[in-house]
Amino acid sequence: MNAAATHALPRKVCPRCARPFACGEGRPGCWCESIAVSRETLAEIRALADDCLCPGCLRAFAARPGEEAGPHGADGLRPPAPRRWAKAMPDAAVRSRGLGRAPAAVAVAFLLGSLLLALGVGPVAIAPGAIAVSALSHVPLLGVHAHLSDIQQAILWQVRAPRVVLGALVGGMLAVAGSAYQGVFRNPLADPYLLGVAAGAGLGATLAIAYAGASAASGELLPLAAFAGAIAAVAGAYLLGRSAVGGAADVLVLAGVTVAAFATAVQTFVLQRHAQTLREVYSWLLGGFAAADWHRVALVAPYVGLSSLVLVLHRRTLDVLSLGDEEAGALGLHVHRVRLLIVVAATVGTSAAVAVSGLIGFVGIIVPHTIRLLTSVSYRAIVPLSLLLGAGLLVLADVIARSLLSPAELPIGVVTAFFGAPFFAIVLRTTRFQA
Amino acid sequence: MTAAIQARGVSVTLRGARLLHEAHVNVGRGEWVAVIGPNGAGKTTLLRALAGLVPFAGSILLNGRAVSAGSRREVARQLAIVPQRPQTPPQLTVAEYVLLGRTPHMGRLGGESREDRLAAERAIARLELRPFAGRLLGSLSGGELQRVALARALAQDAPILLLDEPTSALDLGRQQQALELLDALRREECLTVVTALHDLSLASQYADRLLLMDGGEVVADGTAADVICERTIGAHYDADVRVVHDADGTVTVLPRRRGRPCR
Repeated sequence: MNAAATHALPRKVCPRCARPFACGEGRPGCWCESIAVSRETLAEIRALADDCLCPGCLRAFAARPGEEAGPHGADGLRPPAPRRWAKAMPDAAVRSRGLGRAPAAVAVAFLLGSLLLALGVGPVAIAPGAIAVSALSHVPLLGVHAHLSDIQQAILWQVRAPRVVLGALVGGMLAVAGSAYQGVFRNPLADPYLLGVAAGAGLGATLAIAYAGASAASGELLPLAAFAGAIAAVAGAYLLGRSAVGGAADVLVLAGVTVAAFATAVQTFVLQRHAQTLREVYSWLLGGFAAADWHRVALVAPYVGLSSLVLVLHRRTLDVLSLGDEEAGALGLHVHRVRLLIVVAATVGTSAAVAVSGLIGFVGIIVPHTIRLLTSVSYRAIVPLSLLLGAGLLVLADVIARSLLSPAELPIGVVTAFFGAPFFAIVLRTTRFQA
Repeated sequence: MTAAIQARGVSVTLRGARLLHEAHVNVGRGEWVAVIGPNGAGKTTLLRALAGLVPFAGSILLNGRAVSAGSRREVARQLAIVPQRPQTPPQLTVAEYVLLGRTPHMGRLGGESREDRLAAERAIARLELRPFAGRLLGSLSGGELQRVALARALAQDAPILLLDEPTSALDLGRQQQALELLDALRREECLTVVTALHDLSLASQYADRLLLMDGGEVVADGTAADVICERTIGAHYDADVRVVHDADGTVTVLPRRRGRPCR
C-alpha cells in the first residue's frame, strides 16, 4: 500500500502492541484481507482484541509455526487447511439463518419427485425415466427421441401435465401467500383466505352459477366471477380496515372477518333461492383440478408468477415487520405501503389460484408452519421454501384425490383438510406454548 | 454548526387528543438531554415525533435535514430509537436481531453485506454480547434484552440515539451500568443522546440538560440545578419532595411522606 493511500486511512491504535497504525478496515485491498490465519488463531485474535490489529502483529500471528501449512500441506500432497482472512470477515455467528442449501435442495427434490410421481400415476402408468426422456425430447437441439406411443404422449402432455402444473402453481401460490399473510399480520394462524378471498370467490362463483348458468366445465365465466369476487372482498376489507384506524394489522383482520361474514350471508341466500345449483356450487367450493388444461395454466400463471416474485423479493421485509409496525417504521420501512404491496400481491395471486381451482384449505397454513418447525423461523427461508413445498404438496394431494376412488375423484379440498387438520392441531398446540 | 435536533413548534394530535403542544427542542451534537415529567406528560410522544413515527405539525430538523412522511429511510440513518418495551421476537437469535438494525443501510430487496455484518459484530462486541450472539432472544433476561436492543440501535450507525425509559426494567445496579455504558458509547461514537427518564436523580447525574414536560408542553429547559427544585417538582408531579443540591451541580430528589402516620 503506498504512502498516499495510507495517509487517507483512519488512524488506530493496535490493541496488542499499542502502536498507532493506519487501518483500511472495510475497504477493498486492506492489508488484513491479504493475511490469512487459521480458524483457531482467528478465534484467539478475536478473544484478544475487538478491533483490528496492526499489520506487524497480524503478520506475527500468521508467521507462527504450524500456521503456514496443515498436516499435509508442506509436502504438497494436499492443499493446506482452509484459512480465513484475518479481520475483514465477520464472525460466523453474526448472520441470519437464511435459506440453507440443504433445505433448499430437499424442497427442490421433493417438488421434482412429486411432479414425476404425479405424471406417472394414473390408469395408464408411465415410468419416471420415460417421462424424463419425453420431456427432454421437447427441448430442441438435444436430439433426444421419446419412445412412448402417441397415446401415451397425449395422456402425458395433454391430460396429466396441465393438471400437474396447475396443481403446482396453485399449491405454491397458496403456501407462499399464507406465509406472507402470517408475516404481514404477525399472526401464526393467518391463511391466504384471511381477508375474505374465500368468501368473495365463493359468492362470485355462486352468482355466476345461479344467474349466468356457468358451470365448472364451461368457459371462462366461472373463474372470472370467482376472481372478481375475491378481489372485491379483499378490497372492501382493506378499505373498511383503513377507514377505521389507518390500516393497523389487527383491524384489517377484523374487517376481513366482517366482509367474509357478509359475503357468506349473501351467498347462502342466493343458494337457498336456487337450490338446483347447490350441487354445482358445492363441488366448485371443495376445489379440484378435473377441468385443468393448458389454457387454464396460461390464465393463472402470470398472476402466480408475478405475485410469487414480489413476495419472494420481500422476504427480508417480512422479517423486519416481525418487530411490529412502530419499530419497523423506525428502521426506515414505510410500513403501510409495504403491507399494502404484500397484501395486494398475495391477494391477487390467491384469487387467481382460487378462480381456477376452487377453495383448497390448509395448504396456506401447514406448509409455512412445517418449514418453521423443521428449519427456520426467518421469512427468508419460509417464503421461498413455501413456494416449493406448497407446489409439491398439492401435486401429491391431487394424486391421492384422483387415484384413491379411481375413476371417481375426491374433492382435493377434502384431501388437504383430511391430512391437514390433524397436522394443524399439532401446530396449534406447539405455537400456543411458545407464545 | 447546525444542531443535531432542531424542533420548532411541534404539536401532535391523535384522535382528538392533544398529546404534544408547540414543543421547541434544541439538542446540540454530542449532547445528552433527558426528558423528564410525570406520567402522560408527552415524553414518549415527543420522542416518537422526533423519530417521525407520528404525524406532527411544526418542523423537525435532524442534522439540518427535515423529518417528513416521505423520508423514513433518511431519518432511520440519522436517528435510532429504542422504545421502552422493544419487540423482541423470541425465535430470533441475538445476531439476527442486531442485524435487523442494519435495515436502513440495506437495499430494500437485498440482503446484508459484509459491512452490515461487520457493523452488527462491532455493536455486539461493544455491548459484550459475543457469548450470546447465537442465543435465542426468548432465552434472555430483561437486562440482557435491554442490552440487545441497544446493540441493535448501535448497529444502525445513526448519530442520534433516542431511548425511552432505558432503565425502567432494571434493578439499581443495572440502571447505573446501563447509563454508564450509554455515556461511554456517546463519547466514543460522538452520539447525540435523548432519553426519557423517570428517575430524576439519575437524570441529573448523567444528562447535560433536562427538559421538563407536563400536559404535552415543555415547561422547563436547562441544567438539573435550574430545572429541579422543590416547587417545580411539587407542582408538576403533584409530589411532596425534598431536593438536595450537590456542589457538582447534580441534585438528589427524595420523596417525603405527606401528613403524619396515624398512631
